[in-house]
Amino acid sequence: MDIKITVIDREGITHQLDAPTDMAMNLMEVCKAYELPVEGTCGGMAMCASCQCYVLSDHPLEEKSEDEEAMLSEAFQVKENSRLGCQIRMDKKLEGLKVELAPE
Amino acid sequence: MIKTDIIIIGAGPTGLFAVFEAGLLKLKCHLIDSLPQPGGQCAEIYPKKPIYDIPSRPEILAGDLVDQLMVQIQPFQPGFTLGETAQEIEKQADGSFVVTTDKGTQHHAPVVAIAGGLGTFEPRKPDLAHLTQWEDKGVDYIIREPEKYRDKKVLIAGGGDSALDWTIVLAEVAQSVTLVHRRNQFRGALDSVEKVQALKDQNKIQFLTPAQVTALGGDKHLSSVTVSREGSAVDHSVDYFIPLFGLTPKLGPIAHWGLEIEKNAIKVDNSLDYQTNIPGIYAIGDVNTYPGKLKLILCGFHEATLMCQSAFKRLYPEKRNVLKYTTVSGINGFDGSRKEAQKSTIKTIE
Repeated sequence: MDIKITVIDREGITHQLDAPTDMAMNLMEVCKAYELPVEGTCGGMAMCASCQCYVLSDHPLEEKSEDEEAMLSEAFQVKENSRLGCQIRMDKKLEGLKVELAPE
Repeated sequence: MIKTDIIIIGAGPTGLFAVFEAGLLKLKCHLIDSLPQPGGQCAEIYPKKPIYDIPSRPEILAGDLVDQLMVQIQPFQPGFTLGETAQEIEKQADGSFVVTTDKGTQHHAPVVAIAGGLGTFEPRKPDLAHLTQWEDKGVDYIIREPEKYRDKKVLIAGGGDSALDWTIVLAEVAQSVTLVHRRNQFRGALDSVEKVQALKDQNKIQFLTPAQVTALGGDKHLSSVTVSREGSAVDHSVDYFIPLFGLTPKLGPIAHWGLEIEKNAIKVDNSLDYQTNIPGIYAIGDVNTYPGKLKLILCGFHEATLMCQSAFKRLYPEKRNVLKYTTVSGINGFDGSRKEAQKSTIKTIE
């Protein structure tokens, strides 16, 4: 089952992506699969913040883990709605999710 | 000048395993890495994380994988230039290469294998106006010699292990240490957090959380740092500002070596030997790219193996060589050590 999500890249271009919910993928991986400029340096361990994004829609996201909180506290350009893409699991509850990639 | 058969740039798992495969072919290796210890990302970023996709290792900690690789390559006595970044490469008239580091150490070999992973780890710099202007004039991202800060006023920013550890060290040396972090929680070893708590309780350090550095000031040398906390900004008189926000990888100097680069990685010939567009320079592991590339340690091991076979042919075009199995020929270390399978004995049972 795929869901549709919207990602605005760092140039302001909007991308509509089909994200599978049955492959244990997270948002960082979906962006990489579509070759969006998300580095995912640490491979998804909430240790680098290269997948930081701003969540623009009001979807019920899982609470931030301690690791994510800690990483975001050290990252730059962090806003209220900042999340690490690698910590957002693709789930059918996220149909219509809209995010913007944070600056590098 | 350090002379060897293969200069390996990057001492992560792929670079380390290349030493082993080269050793089987009696080729000597020397590794260069910008980090002060071998292991690359595995040692620097996630030594305590388990890896599950190393063949025959259902689970191994990244740090243990590095330790085991070091044991495995020990018979082949690799050389190391650590804490230095490979800066320049010069092709010699005979087709060999000289690689020079940022500290001027020179290495000479007929073959260069770049196993640079994601690149050189560089300090992450906070987003502060005129920050670069104060570099080496009061702003340091890396502490090399604590004595530099003796009897000085130091302000450290960050919430991880290095911010905690250096606060502890410099509290003994500096005239004053101020630790600034965006929140009250710190991510570090329990022992370090407790030590910093004690220093704070004894008023041996100034502790500012949740707070952020927002401006830097001074004349020829940095002399003040503005810290914003709970809506008000206060200027602190300091000699040094040390932001410790971790490391981020950048492809670095190798991006300017004339190699074909695609998507921040070095293009190689994957149908043959992982050679780059410059004959004699190979790229293996996460640093390379080719159709179908997967950034996995196990793929790096494979690439290292094929690279060594090609390097051998380049070094000794006249020599005939065949693949040998370690089960048959064992391991003949350059240190004179020898490992081999136990010979079966044939004995009559009467």
